[in-house]
Amino acid sequence: MTPLLDALFLQAGYNAALVAIGAGLLGFAGGATGTFLLLRKRALLSDAAAHATLPGVALAFIVMVALGGDGRNLAGLLLGSAITAGIGLVTIQWIVARTRLTEDAAIGAVLGVFFGIGIVLLTVIQTMSSGRQAGLEDFLLGSTAGMLRQDALVIAGGGALALALTWALRRPMTLVAFDAEYATAAGFKVSRIDLIMMLAALAVTVIGLKVVGLVLIVALLIIPPVAARFWTESVGRMIWIAGAIGGVSGYVGAAVSASAPNLPTGPLIVLVAAAAFVASLLFAPVRGVAAALIRQRRFKSRVHHRQGLLAIARQEPIREPFTLRLLQRENLIRADGVPTEDGRAAAAKVSRDERRWDIARRIHQDAGLTGRYDGLTPIEDVFTADEIGEFDRRIGPPVAVGG
Amino acid sequence: MGADFVQFSLTPILIGIFASVACALPGNFLILRRQALIGDAISHVVLPGIVVAFLLTGVVAAMPMLLGAAAAAVVAVVLIELVKRVGQVEPGAAMGVVFTMLFAAGVLLLEQSDTSSVHLDVEHALMGNLESLIWLRAEGWRSLFDPVALAALPPELGRMAVGCAVMIALTLVFWRWLKIATFDEGFAEALGIPAAALGFGLVIASALAAVAAFEAVGSIIVIAMFICPPAAARLMTSSLERQVLWSVLFATLSAVAGYVLAGYGPLWLGASGSVSAAGMIATVSGVILGLACVFGPHRRRVGAGQSGQAG
Repeated sequence: MTPLLDALFLQAGYNAALVAIGAGLLGFAGGATGTFLLLRKRALLSDAAAHATLPGVALAFIVMVALGGDGRNLAGLLLGSAITAGIGLVTIQWIVARTRLTEDAAIGAVLGVFFGIGIVLLTVIQTMSSGRQAGLEDFLLGSTAGMLRQDALVIAGGGALALALTWALRRPMTLVAFDAEYATAAGFKVSRIDLIMMLAALAVTVIGLKVVGLVLIVALLIIPPVAARFWTESVGRMIWIAGAIGGVSGYVGAAVSASAPNLPTGPLIVLVAAAAFVASLLFAPVRGVAAALIRQRRFKSRVHHRQGLLAIARQEPIREPFTLRLLQRENLIRADGVPTEDGRAAAAKVSRDERRWDIARRIHQDAGLTGRYDGLTPIEDVFTADEIGEFDRRIGPPVAVGG
Repeated sequence: MGADFVQFSLTPILIGIFASVACALPGNFLILRRQALIGDAISHVVLPGIVVAFLLTGVVAAMPMLLGAAAAAVVAVVLIELVKRVGQVEPGAAMGVVFTMLFAAGVLLLEQSDTSSVHLDVEHALMGNLESLIWLRAEGWRSLFDPVALAALPPELGRMAVGCAVMIALTLVFWRWLKIATFDEGFAEALGIPAAALGFGLVIASALAAVAAFEAVGSIIVIAMFICPPAAARLMTSSLERQVLWSVLFATLSAVAGYVLAGYGPLWLGASGSVSAAGMIATVSGVILGLACVFGPHRRRVGAGQSGQAG
């Protein structure tokens, strides 16, 4: 088997399998958690949190070394990153609540400044007397090389925790995402639910640092939910679809990355997710681009079809090429533009329906029913057979068109 | 302030100032238009642009890279609009999708191509290398009048100065249009100002500023400078003219203080070596913003939005 298939079927060695499974779980948790961030229109908040992890990672390293430790303990580094990311989020809240700056400015400011502080601390570490190559740069873009079993367990455990949190609180979070004011009126503490939502996102961000890196981890929270949104209108299903897209992206990305050298894990995971997004954008039913194009084409045909028949009924010549093609294809007119028997019958029907609508507007003064006239809705869908019979009685017997 | 200063600190400080001001100027309008995160998105997509330019030309030269980065920024802006409109995705998420996608593609390309022989890596792109832009030929202040020494100035200085001058000129030329269109797009259109084109132009100009600055100082400064000085300035005054002047002052202050602190701060604390100047400049701009948040005379929201709801 090729290295790629080996990796995909977990045959590329114990470590690669571990990483792939861990990344899959992480992706699933990210997609599910990110669903609510997206619906609450807070997707980029997690980008600020991700960048704000850097000073925490560096500080944790410095503290652990100062205490005489190794400095590279993953759990310790993640704890540090969670603390500064939390501080970053609180700072954003504080800026938005206290000053007139808008949320996007607050997000950008925290993102840039915390990242800057992190870079300063990284250079401090480089000059530290311990002289040990800390390898903290791996946290920028993620690196799964040399990942230990306990690291994978931390990632899997954290992902499961975020997922469980999201699942348990999906109802209040849905409510808050769609109508925060109603949620308040219904007795939910919106600020507390927002906080929990951010905590779940924070958990995904922090545990994703090692695999995906802090620059790109936000993609795991944004891309799968955005892709999932194309496939469904229901939040319950969106969580699962986003989770599935994220999980597959994580798993496939990590496996591909393990199959050959120079294939960084984080970017690959993001690119697999991006491919899922593009496919969803193009091909999802109802909300996808292809579906929209087909819908628009059908609508156009219906309009032209009707206008053509009305022209026949009024015995006017049709010159519009698309209409001509359409009517010819349906055998309603001949190649020379003269209506066929079917065409005249269809035209008579359309013309009669127009007159029925005229009568209907006169009889039904309220616009509830007659307001549904858009030229395309068949009159049979709006009025009962009895009512149409009444319209016909007033119009009189059918008249042949253009005999 | 002797020969050492001219040799090792003058040019990086000047480049830092030019880069900061060039980013802070368009930042003023981006903040008011709630597009502050465009700077973040652009600074991410600069990387794929530079990598593609390198792969196409095979050399690490300033011009192709600037063009590549500018092209990538334009592509990103167009893609974001496309995702927003075609996919009906909310703006923040559309931005997140596009810039992570392009950045990931850039990193992958970089790792896959053989760039070991050239100075091109992700860390450099993020952190810049302000400290290395020194003026080795300088022997003191009199070198400012010595054509031989002046010829050895780092080329980034000239480019950044031009970039900064272009941004200042654009701001002045389009001042009235920008001011009207930023606060009332409908009114601007009624006056015959092409507001949509102006908005797009602003984003493109920001992208060019980001790209020019990025080459010299890395993307951290770019992100921070687009937002922090203008945001702090907005808390100082309610007049757009004064806000822009404040932002230029804050940007300059951040660049100077940040560079000095990065170079000499560790010595003052009794440590040796120095820390990242780019990171320090971003940090100082953050401190300024923090102070403005606490003490700025116009920090509070006035009128309807006082309850703390922000968009």
